Amino acid sequence: MTAASLTGADAETKMPLKRRLKQAERARQIKALALVLPLLLFLLFTFAGPIAGMLWRAINDPEVRHVLPQTITALAEWDGKDLPDEKAYAALASDLQAARAAGTVAIAAKRLNYALNGFRTILTSTARNLKTLPEPGTAKETLGRINPAWRDRTTWTTIKNASGPVTGFYLLAALDLVRNADGAIVAAAPDQAIYREIFARTFLISLGVTALCLILGFPVAYLLASLPPGRSNLLMIFVLLPFWTSLLVRTCAWIVLLQSKGVVNDGLHWLGIIDEPLRLIYNRFGVCVAMTHVLLPFMILPLYSSMKAISPAYMRAAASLGAPPLTAFLRIYLPQTLPGIGAGSLLVFILALGYYITPALVGGAADQMISYFIALYTTETANWGLASALGAVLLLATVLLALVYGKLVQGQQVTGGMKN
Amino acid sequence: MSDAPSLRTPSQRIAWTTTIVISALVFIFLIAPILAIMPLSFSSGSYLTYPLPGLSLRWYDDFINSPRWMNSLKNSMIIGVASTALSMALGTLAALGLAQWKSRFKPLVLAFVLSPVVVPGVITAVGLYFFFAPIGLTGSYLGLILAHTALATPFVVITVGATLQSFDTNLARAAASLGASPLEAFRRVILPLILPGLASGALFAFATSFDEVVIVLFMAGPEQRTLPREMFSGIRENISPTITAAAVILTTVSVILLATLEALRRRNERLKGGGG
Repeated sequence: MTAASLTGADAETKMPLKRRLKQAERARQIKALALVLPLLLFLLFTFAGPIAGMLWRAINDPEVRHVLPQTITALAEWDGKDLPDEKAYAALASDLQAARAAGTVAIAAKRLNYALNGFRTILTSTARNLKTLPEPGTAKETLGRINPAWRDRTTWTTIKNASGPVTGFYLLAALDLVRNADGAIVAAAPDQAIYREIFARTFLISLGVTALCLILGFPVAYLLASLPPGRSNLLMIFVLLPFWTSLLVRTCAWIVLLQSKGVVNDGLHWLGIIDEPLRLIYNRFGVCVAMTHVLLPFMILPLYSSMKAISPAYMRAAASLGAPPLTAFLRIYLPQTLPGIGAGSLLVFILALGYYITPALVGGAADQMISYFIALYTTETANWGLASALGAVLLLATVLLALVYGKLVQGQQVTGGMKN
Repeated sequence: MSDAPSLRTPSQRIAWTTTIVISALVFIFLIAPILAIMPLSFSSGSYLTYPLPGLSLRWYDDFINSPRWMNSLKNSMIIGVASTALSMALGTLAALGLAQWKSRFKPLVLAFVLSPVVVPGVITAVGLYFFFAPIGLTGSYLGLILAHTALATPFVVITVGATLQSFDTNLARAAASLGASPLEAFRRVILPLILPGLASGALFAFATSFDEVVIVLFMAGPEQRTLPREMFSGIRENISPTITAAAVILTTVSVILLATLEALRRRNERLKGGGG
C-alpha cells in the first residue's frame, strides 16, 4: 500500500462524516432561522413597513402630478428662465378644467400653498373663473388676465418644483430651507423658519433632563451598589416602583402636586415662603421635573449595573497606596463608571428626544418638543409630507445615537435598563 | 453605619452621609408623587387638594358605574392579553432560534428585532397610521393588538433570550440521548426550566401594552380607547378625582406585576444559588 492510497482511503472514511456534520449543522442553522422568521416577517409588516412608508411620504410628491399632468409634461422642457410658452398655459387651462370637473383642484392647491403662500387662492380663483377653454393661442393672455400671478415666473417654478414624483421640499422645510426660483437652496423666510428652533429646543430639554438624571441618579446608584444586597434590594423598590408605574399616573401626579392649589404650593404657602402660588406647571419647569421623574430609573439601572461590577478592592488598593479619598474616587472609581454613565445618559437622551405625552400634558405652547409637531401635522392639519420629514430627521438622530449606544454597551449584557 | 464601605476618615464619613442624604431626597422625589395621588382618590370632596374633607369611595363608584371608564379597562385587558399572547409566541420562537443561530448577520437581526423599543413612539405611531388606515386596521382591535405586539415582543426576546443563555444545553442533549423527540425534550425538559423567564417576558409584554398610549392616541377609534388613553384625555380636559381613582387602579396593576416579577427573580436566584 502506498502512502497516497492510504490517505485516499482515510479521506474516504473522513469526508462523508465531515460532510454529514456540515449538513447537520446547516440543517440546524436553517431551523434556527426558521424560528426567527415569523417575528421578522411580523415586524416587517407592523414596524419596518410603516416606517419605510413614512420615509417615503417625506419625499413623495404626488398631488400636483396627479391633478395637473399635462402642465407637468409641458413644463418638462421649460428652462425656468423666462415665462413658459403658450403650450404650458394651454395645458394648465385644460388641466384646471378637468380638475374642476373632478373636484381635485383643492388637492393641488393645498400642496402648492405649502411652497408658496397664497397659491391656494391663485389656483382656485383661476379654476373658478376659467369658464371655457381659451381659444387656441390665447391661453397665456387669458390666464394672465384672470390672475396676474400667471405672469410671474415664481408661480411657474413653484409648479415645476412640485411636479414630483419625488421632492426634497419637505425635508428641506424640516430644516428651515427652501429652493428659490433659481433652484438654489436658501434659508426659509424668518416667519416660516421654526423647525430649527424646535429641534434645538428638543435637544436642549433632552440634554437638561439627561443632566438632571445623571446628577440625581449617580449618588443613588452608588448607594445601591455599595450597600449589601439585602438592603439594596429593598431600596431598589423606590426605583422600580416608579419605573413600573404608568406614565400617565406619574404625569397626572405631578399636575396634582404642582398646580396652583397643589400640594407643593400649599406647603410653601403654609411655610410662609410664598404669598402667591408659584407657576410650577404648564411651563418648562414642569416639563423638566416630570420628564426627569419618568426617565430617572433609566439612568439609575445602567449606572447601578456598571458600579456593581467594580471591585471594592480597587478603592482599597488606592487607599493603601496613599491616595486621598477624593483622588481615589476621581481617578480610580469614576473612570470605571464611565461606560455606565455613557450608556445611561445615551439611553435617557434617546428616550427624551422622542417624548410626546409628558410635554403635551404639562408643557405650555413654548415647551412642545418635535414629537408634538409630528403628531399635529399628522392628525390635525394633515400635512403628511412635513410630518414625515420631521419624523425622518428625528429618526435619523435617534438611529445615530442608538448606534453609539450599541457600540458602548457591546459586550455588556444589556436588557434595556430592566435588569434587576 | 456599619454597612458603609470601609469608613475610616472623617471626610469619607461626610461623603457617605452626603450620599445617603441625597439618595433619600431622590427616593422621596421618585416615590412621593405616586403616594400623594392615592389618598386623593378616597376624598369625599371634588377638589384635588389636601387636607381631605373626608373619606369616601364615591370616585371608585363613579369609575365602576361609568361605561366610558369600564369600557377602557376592558379594552386595556383585551388588547393587553391578546398582544401578550401573540408576542410570547413570536418572541419565544425567535429567542430559541437566535440562541442557535450562528451568523455574522446576527447582531444586525438582533438590532432590528429590538428597534421598536428605541424608535420614538410618535414615529411608529405615524407610520402605522399611514400604513394601517388604507387596509382598515385603524380604529380596530386587531390593528392595536398588532401594534402593541410589535412594541412588546423585543422585551420577550430579551427576557427569554437571557434565560436561554443560562440554560445548560447538555440537558437537552441528555434528553435526546435518552430517546426523547425534540418536541418532547422541549416540552418536558426545556420548557419547565425556562418557564420563569417566559413568565417575566409575559409580564413585560403585558406591562408594555397596558401602559402604551401614543399609538392608541393615533390608531384607536372611540370604541378601542384604553385606560391610559382615557386618562390622557381626562388629564387634558380637567383632572377629576375619578382620574385619581383610575390612577390607583393602574398603579395597583403595576405593583402586582412588579411583585410577581420580583418573586420570579428571587426564585431564580435561589435556584441558581442552590445549583452551586
